[in-house]
Amino acid sequence: MSKALGIAAIVIFAAFVVGHYLGLVWSPPEREMGDVYRIMYVHVPLMLMTMLAACFNFAGSVGYLANSDRRFDALGEASAEVCLLLGGVGIVLGSLWAKPTWGVWWDWDPRLTSLAIMLILYSGYLALRKFVDDGERRATWAAVSGIVIGVDVPVIHYSVRWWRTLHQMNSSPATVDGPMVFTLRWNISVMLALMVLFIAARYQVARNAQAREVELPELLPSNGVTP
Amino acid sequence: MTPGLFRQTFEVLRKDLLLEWRTRARLNALLFFALSTLLLFSFALGPDANVLRHSAAAYLWLAILFASVLALAESFRVEQENSSLDGLRLIPVDSRALFLGKAIGNSLLLMGLCAVITPVMAALYGTHLALTPGHLVLVLVLGCLAISAPGTLYAAIASFARARDVLLPVLLFPVLVPALLSSVKATALALEGDPMNQYASWVALLGSFNLLYWALGFALFPRVIEE
Repeated sequence: MSKALGIAAIVIFAAFVVGHYLGLVWSPPEREMGDVYRIMYVHVPLMLMTMLAACFNFAGSVGYLANSDRRFDALGEASAEVCLLLGGVGIVLGSLWAKPTWGVWWDWDPRLTSLAIMLILYSGYLALRKFVDDGERRATWAAVSGIVIGVDVPVIHYSVRWWRTLHQMNSSPATVDGPMVFTLRWNISVMLALMVLFIAARYQVARNAQAREVELPELLPSNGVTP
Repeated sequence: MTPGLFRQTFEVLRKDLLLEWRTRARLNALLFFALSTLLLFSFALGPDANVLRHSAAAYLWLAILFASVLALAESFRVEQENSSLDGLRLIPVDSRALFLGKAIGNSLLLMGLCAVITPVMAALYGTHLALTPGHLVLVLVLGCLAISAPGTLYAAIASFARARDVLLPVLLFPVLVPALLSSVKATALALEGDPMNQYASWVALLGSFNLLYWALGFALFPRVIEE
């Protein structure tokens, strides 16, 4: 990890601690849910950043197919992993929030269901990357798969939404207490920075792996891949 | 002068169907696989006629979906023997024609499968038609087309990767969620009646899924099999 990333990590960690102070202590309890709602300050930012990471993956996939630059491939790989990480943590936190408020750990609600399918889709994307040895082919196929997945996510969301829904709609800032809005915005910004940091760090790892891959075929007799 | 796209598609399709007709191995294997799946579902569920009748549409589509993985994987395995795919590329066949031919061939195979197992399903699970036979046939045709377009794209990718038998369902099943959902819903409505007039919207969703993925497959397939 480069020095700039290390400094950024320290700054973001400090902002993260402040965000947790704001969420756990400073902002007032909610009228209906009391203190339970405070999980929102982590859950909502995580979910937003999961979606954003998925958009990065789609952009990386389209970018790679458009001009075959391996940097786009590294972006796709990095963002898919970060998407899976944030989404996985977010879904567990959402489940913890659902138990006291809805009374169940899980519900076949459109948002939950489409997020769960999305995480499975990106696991498949990462599995595909692991199963292809040749770097160029892996990049192309992963990009194709990234586009297929990116196009599918909205379709899944609409198809699943035609079931009845339990998940609350997004609140408008006008109806929410000022400190809550500020805390949520702070935490969303921190999570955005954290996501960008994760993707940047993972991107560097992916770039290093690519550089090593280019050197490797010279050293090995044959890697046995048939076209 | 090379023949046009339609002619090439037709020739690829003719070649695949001829190969299939001369052995009939794939169709037979698929049939018995799908039939035993249907039987297994009814064993797993028990002999309650009402439960079976209400779940009939779901089990029909799951049987088709499971069988489709075998069909799709096989359609590219034949091209790997003796490097036939390289031969096809050298003729040269337009890769988009290759996609259309393969995908139409797979759709026809699945439709043939549907033609046999739907009556068997009706007999096993004691279902009746509430709407016209045309409604049911339309869903079956659209559903088979919807499985084949992303299926052919992913089968091509998986056939050249390691662990292809695992990879294809891992990649394909989550992508097909909207298609599966709308096919099952529309089939259930055709079998059990449609008091709320929902049939048309599910079919519209299935149709849009088809449009989207046939277009994507047509555009992306050349990148998948390029050298």
